[in-house]
Amino acid sequence: MTAAAIPMRLAAFIAAFAVVSPVFAAEIPLNERRSDSDFISADTRAMQNDDSANPGMLAVADGEALWNAKAGTTNKSCADCHGDVATSMKGVAARYPAVVPPLGLPVDLEQRINMSRVADQKATAFRIESKELLALTAYIGRQSRGMPIAVKDSGPSKKFIAAGRAIFERRQGQLDLSCAQCHDDNWGRKLAGNLIPQAQPTGYPIYRLEWQDVGSLQRRMRGCMSAIRAEPYDYGAPELIDLEFFLMWRARGMAVETPAVRP
Amino acid sequence: MAHENRHSRRDVLRAAGALAGCGGLTLLAIRPAAATPAMMQDAVRSVIGEATITKGKVKLDLPPIVENGNSVPCTVSVDSAMTAAGYVKAIHIFNEKNPQPNVISVRLGPRAGRAQFSTRIRLADSQTVTAIAEFSDGTFWSGDIDVIVTLAACIEESIH
Amino acid sequence: MARALIHVPPTAKSGEIVEIKTLISHVMETGYRTGVTGAPIPRDIIELFVCTYNGEEVFRAQLFPAIAANPFISFFTVATESGTLAFSWTDQHGQTQVQTAAIIVE
Repeated sequence: MTAAAIPMRLAAFIAAFAVVSPVFAAEIPLNERRSDSDFISADTRAMQNDDSANPGMLAVADGEALWNAKAGTTNKSCADCHGDVATSMKGVAARYPAVVPPLGLPVDLEQRINMSRVADQKATAFRIESKELLALTAYIGRQSRGMPIAVKDSGPSKKFIAAGRAIFERRQGQLDLSCAQCHDDNWGRKLAGNLIPQAQPTGYPIYRLEWQDVGSLQRRMRGCMSAIRAEPYDYGAPELIDLEFFLMWRARGMAVETPAVRP
Repeated sequence: MAHENRHSRRDVLRAAGALAGCGGLTLLAIRPAAATPAMMQDAVRSVIGEATITKGKVKLDLPPIVENGNSVPCTVSVDSAMTAAGYVKAIHIFNEKNPQPNVISVRLGPRAGRAQFSTRIRLADSQTVTAIAEFSDGTFWSGDIDVIVTLAACIEESIH
Repeated sequence: MARALIHVPPTAKSGEIVEIKTLISHVMETGYRTGVTGAPIPRDIIELFVCTYNGEEVFRAQLFPAIAANPFISFFTVATESGTLAFSWTDQHGQTQVQTAAIIVE
């Protein structure tokens, strides 16, 4: 079918979509990267920046209690081995996800916390997305606030970050949209009246106004996938870890904002 | 409050959203509002009685466009020196489109120093929010503000 | 006990008007939402918040379902003397939680 044979309106429709669907997503230049905090209302940002008004700080306070609570058959708290959280956990959240021995597979911060809980405290792992795990993750994340994200794309990390990038750039779901089409190519533009952010995960776990609760990056990604009518990966799926890995590497050098507030 | 047997706004908006290709706009997880401005007036009267309400002295601060109706920052401040001679006794906030018209009722005294407080409220729809202040001299003053409540795009279903 | 965060300036000058900020973890379930089965989720809210200053009430708020989850309430009080500010939250079941903060007034 030649171009001339395509009806005018259909051609215009295809052309309109062509604007938002290039063959290769354009990666955001490093100096044009902006935190998702820049794409929320001034009031939400003010809530985030006031520790006495930020609902995520309730989770941080819960995390502090858990840090100091004895657990497991060892009857030890995190504090018993790690001491002062501000010293021992400084910069830790900024380095995750990371490939850890002995399996040589990547884990995110939540999984790393559970590894310690099971192996070192001899306690049961916290359920994924549980209030306790989110609280401890928020507490540890808070210790990296202001520090640059330090996930590197080298050595064993390379192939997992590449796998995450492939998912990020792949069209999926009934709406046949890739993450990149919105968050690399159309950030700053509006979708149904709301500004599209770059999707830089600088502040997780976040307090999300829509959830009226604190939640992880995995929860947010599952929600996004559901919204574009794709089947969301299960919590803890390798695809979600790879995506997290890629997204944190993509945000390398940006400041940690945990706990952030999002609409 | 009668439960209306009709397509909920959520259903209509979801259908519209699917057509729009956004992946479905979902109304906030609050049942379609059944409140009306008349219900709000009834609520006002049941709280403050038949006293005359004069517009003025009360400033309601809400963002004119709300990012998410689940949590809207709200500050009320009333012009009063807050001395024993004259002070604000109470401040009430009402809405006209949520399922229920009352939002919060605050009691103060001269020890407050300032007739002002802040909280975060839920708004089910674009509407006018009203604050009424009761003074120690028995007078009532009010202020209001119009708010537009937007829906965040690509809201997931209540998937966890 | 729900987690609560209270911000009171640790010290103040006598007569100074100070701002107090409070935040408590609570779902504030409106009673208007339906669960995954379609059955309504019952209302579960904090209904009353009171602040006393050395035993004397200085602020009281009656809350309705329109108050957002994890209620944030900030207000003002005159720093009169050193002592204790007590904050109480009472839910619709009549359960009350109290937390205190100290203030030094010079």
